[in-house]
Amino acid sequence: MTETLKIKNLHVSVEGKPILHGVNMTIRRGETHALMGPNGSGKSTLASAIMGHPSFEVTEGSIELNGQDVSEWDATERARAGIFLAFQRPMAIPGVKMADFLRHATTNVRNPERKEGEQLIPMREFRKELKDKMSQLRMDEEFARRYVNDGFSGGEMKRAEILQMAMLRPKFAILDETDSGLDVDAVKLASQSIAQIGREQLGGEQMGILIITHHDKLLDNNTPDFTHVMLGGRIVETGGVELARELYTEGYDRIRAAHPEDAAVEQEMAANTATSGVA
Amino acid sequence: MATDLAPAPASDALGEINKYNFVTQTHGIFKAQRGINSQIVAEISEMKREPKWMRDFRLRSLKIFESKPMPRWGGDIGINFQDIFYYLKPTDHQGKTWDDVPAEIKDTFDKLGIPEAEKKYLAGVKAQFESEVVYGSLQEDLAKKGVIFTDTDTAVREHGDLVREYFGTIIPPEDNKFAALNSAVWSGGSFIYVPKGVKIEFPLQAYFRINAEQMGQFERTLILVDEGAEVHYVEGCTAPMYTTESLHSAVVEVVVRRGARCRYTTIQNWANNIYNLVTKRAVAYGDSLMEWIDGNLGSRLTMKYPAVYMMEPGARGEILSIAFSSKGQHQDAGAKVVHCAPHTKSRIISKSISKNGGRSSYRGLCKVQDGAVGSKSSVVCDALILDPQSRSDTYPYIEVEEQDVQVEHEASVSRIGEEQLFYLQSRGLTGAEASSMIVSGFIEPLIKELPMEYAVEMNRLIELQMEGSVG
Repeated sequence: MTETLKIKNLHVSVEGKPILHGVNMTIRRGETHALMGPNGSGKSTLASAIMGHPSFEVTEGSIELNGQDVSEWDATERARAGIFLAFQRPMAIPGVKMADFLRHATTNVRNPERKEGEQLIPMREFRKELKDKMSQLRMDEEFARRYVNDGFSGGEMKRAEILQMAMLRPKFAILDETDSGLDVDAVKLASQSIAQIGREQLGGEQMGILIITHHDKLLDNNTPDFTHVMLGGRIVETGGVELARELYTEGYDRIRAAHPEDAAVEQEMAANTATSGVA
Repeated sequence: MATDLAPAPASDALGEINKYNFVTQTHGIFKAQRGINSQIVAEISEMKREPKWMRDFRLRSLKIFESKPMPRWGGDIGINFQDIFYYLKPTDHQGKTWDDVPAEIKDTFDKLGIPEAEKKYLAGVKAQFESEVVYGSLQEDLAKKGVIFTDTDTAVREHGDLVREYFGTIIPPEDNKFAALNSAVWSGGSFIYVPKGVKIEFPLQAYFRINAEQMGQFERTLILVDEGAEVHYVEGCTAPMYTTESLHSAVVEVVVRRGARCRYTTIQNWANNIYNLVTKRAVAYGDSLMEWIDGNLGSRLTMKYPAVYMMEPGARGEILSIAFSSKGQHQDAGAKVVHCAPHTKSRIISKSISKNGGRSSYRGLCKVQDGAVGSKSSVVCDALILDPQSRSDTYPYIEVEEQDVQVEHEASVSRIGEEQLFYLQSRGLTGAEASSMIVSGFIEPLIKELPMEYAVEMNRLIELQMEGSVG
């Protein structure tokens, strides 16, 4: 049976302020979903909530992995269960080398039962795999010795996120604006890499992918099976690739006109965001 | 320390950190009465069969100690000086091989991994137990080249003129109350002389162990590095945990002659009931380099500010320090650099971590004297605070009397952020692994300056601290 990640009637609050108002979405492995919507509509909140950010409180509904509700799990457990988030703004960890970080992460995700202090995957095996993946992403070997996201350019950060996805081989990956801040060539490379990694099979199935984007380029090689439009903390329309095409050429005017109540919530949230910075 | 690199069994983390927390049953040869007075000081001098100049120096220092008030800055020093034992002689002779050392004391150092480290990567070892050095070794070829590495008591007897010329000149008893106390009751410590041009490749190591309750350890170290010579001296310190306090108050004087290099590394992991009040100072002459590497992980209160006085053009001073304070601990540590001559250069890097209500303070002085033109100094101190109960303070003192100099000071305080933890946890690391990784990254710029064995040891000690097993 195909594994699924199911978001059911998800309500999420941050610091007591409701951001998501009942999101529904089902992603099966092998599917590519695009999530679009104006700034502040709740896309990144959904991504963080699925990954288990402690500040994002699920007040109603559930996040189910193969029928099991994971909404009470911490991020560590979700990562080890096969959920991955490529961050829009990854955090710098000064003094920690990419290679050391990735060796820990890869070991933990591949061996979810691992206890602290237990063996890491053998250095030689790990290095070889890392080197292969880095060359696929056209990354310099030196990159492995740099400190995690410390002084990285926007493009380097995004590539580092894709590298992590390649190493961790998740069942479900959420890519939060992995194209933002990249030039045309870099987006093209990112798009190709995501497609390639997504097609790799693990346990007989491909990855399920949720791509959050404002642009079409990232979708060039990753034609969405489904496109979702988020407005005011809800998914208001779902369609195929043609919906994505419409949105990046026409914008959101038609969507807002068709869903006046959600558009009103959007306005209200925008006013809140301006004062609190939470979205 | 320095050798047992096997990972701690996860279930027994407490046992592992408490590797240092064991008491050796000994049959001491002589234990002075509790408390301090001129009779006890004279008795110590007599036991050691010292020359008159040293006995007079001790008695004069005692008067200075008695006349000085307790420092009113730094940490809270809750010591009753009359409760402490100032001198405890564990054995009547010093071993030249480990087999010469009384079995129960040898066993102590075995548990601490010293003989093993000696075989692997040390050029010489001194092991001090309570007040006396109980074991000493030095590679034969170094002895042939004229290198002296002995305990300071022996040095007073066998190299009296050399010792007398420098002893108490870099840190006179008048310097501070605890330097005066040490000058009165000092015992043990290392004396090192490295002749002109002799470069010692492997470190010389001293290990200080306090075993008895309410013990005071007052070692006295004097290091003379002659022109163009090089030495790396390392010291480690541990003690078992008692409910009452003990005192460790050392004085370390270093002279680095023209073109010489001296690196002095300390990994201090005293039990959390020890007051660690230490004065360390080096004078560096033309084109020489003095480096202090100071790791403070243990003790209840540490007050220690290793200093470099740059006396002639081209002298350099570098001080790297790491302080880790957890529950019930206060690390008041830092550095002093004094530029007394033109074109001298100093660098201070200090990193502190506070956790579980621990308190770390950086206290430092950068002084540039009038006429020290073209001197450069850079001070960077970074603090990392792991939880809201913990505290960090910075007290930088900068005194510049000369215009034509370059003095830089940077300080930062950061807290481990929720976003950093979430990022690492989203990659499958546990919360504890994530914090530990952030801390090891924080100290990485310092750790990479250490020789490998000590870098591994320091990382391991910090990981143990991070496991929260230190009460």
